[in-house]
Amino acid sequence: MKLQATTSQTVGPFFSIGMDWLVRENLAGAEVSGERVRVRGKVLDGDGRGVPDAILEVWQANAQGKYVHPEDTQEKPIEEGFRAFGRIPTKEDGSFEFTTIKPGSVPGPDGKEQAPHLVVSVFCRGLLRRLVTRMYFPGEAANDGDFALSLAPASRRETLVARKGGSASELEWNVVLQGTGETVFFDC
Amino acid sequence: MDREKSIGAPSRSNPGKIVGYRRAAPGTQPHYLHPPYVSSHKRSPREPLIFLPHTLSEITGPAFGKEMVDVKACDLTRQHKGEPLGERIIVSGRVTDEDARAVAHTLVEIWQANAAGRYLHKNDQHNAPLDPNFAGCGHTLTDAEGRYRFVTIRPGAYPWKNHANAWRPAHIHFSLFGPAFATRLVTQMYFPGDALLPLDPIFNCTADESARQRLISLFDWENTIPEEALGFRFDIVLSGRDETPWEKR
Repeated sequence: MKLQATTSQTVGPFFSIGMDWLVRENLAGAEVSGERVRVRGKVLDGDGRGVPDAILEVWQANAQGKYVHPEDTQEKPIEEGFRAFGRIPTKEDGSFEFTTIKPGSVPGPDGKEQAPHLVVSVFCRGLLRRLVTRMYFPGEAANDGDFALSLAPASRRETLVARKGGSASELEWNVVLQGTGETVFFDC
Repeated sequence: MDREKSIGAPSRSNPGKIVGYRRAAPGTQPHYLHPPYVSSHKRSPREPLIFLPHTLSEITGPAFGKEMVDVKACDLTRQHKGEPLGERIIVSGRVTDEDARAVAHTLVEIWQANAAGRYLHKNDQHNAPLDPNFAGCGHTLTDAEGRYRFVTIRPGAYPWKNHANAWRPAHIHFSLFGPAFATRLVTQMYFPGDALLPLDPIFNCTADESARQRLISLFDWENTIPEEALGFRFDIVLSGRDETPWEKR
């Protein structure tokens, strides 16, 4: 190693002027195959208040479990037009909402499949570094054996799994930065 | 490196083998709770982070091609009818990984205050003028050698409410993706000789003095354009690979 990674700094309160051009709240257009889901939730601080100046970024595989990336060499089809990237700012009350498709399984350690999941970065004023978490899907049999879920203490694992919402395609998932119900964050 | 033990990038024959990215050296990245920075008090997790070995999900990540990028977005002084007020500057540098390898064709986004220290944002209530010719945001892709270049205006310092008589040193926000989800970085670039730097809790968020110094750009005579603009150089380093894939050595 010759160099050391640059120190992270907060996005601050005014990031929207630089980041809004790439907001993507609908990750998958109508032509993209897969089970469509709408995810709704809130980013909450240590007092349970909504965080109005947070932004989430989502990265995921397609419905076949393939990432659009040169290092995913699995023999699975890529879908043209699916960028698999979301950038979702919170609103005044800390709420957010995005639409995507449920990804397929991707390989994990020891060749074992991982349960379907999204990887998520959280940025806001007050965070000197991004937080990294994952969102899993409710009712998936594979959740039980998923390696990353298993790394989290059993009592906090549910923070990584979305809850079923009003209809079959609606999911609810909050990001709790601190305190009761604090979301599991990963050293990534 | 022991060739027998080196791990390759995932291949068809062995898709489970993953080369992860390095974790930060101690003291070089901020803790989430940094008491002098008041906004961190209620927004930092209390539970320890859980170490996540990198998988295909973390060593892949979004890429943004030329078709996404507005070529005019790298010149923040030419986005409006007139010229913005302030000191015109060239901010350029190289994006590499920790092994000094170029991070090519990666997206770099910037945003900043205008010369008077005011952001074009509805929540910025600082009593300083907006500039109708300056939005303060831009983006570009690095070239094949990892180089980027912006033309902009030197931002002003501005007050904030963190503590009594608190002022942020002049800075430009940088956002980078790099090759993978694991390499995502948001940081801030500062200017050499700024008297506010020793007083700023955000700049001083890391224990490692040399890590802080690398957030300060260098005056760049080579890229200074006579009669036109001063140059500042800001090189950015993203996490490197844990082990070099042997196929590429």
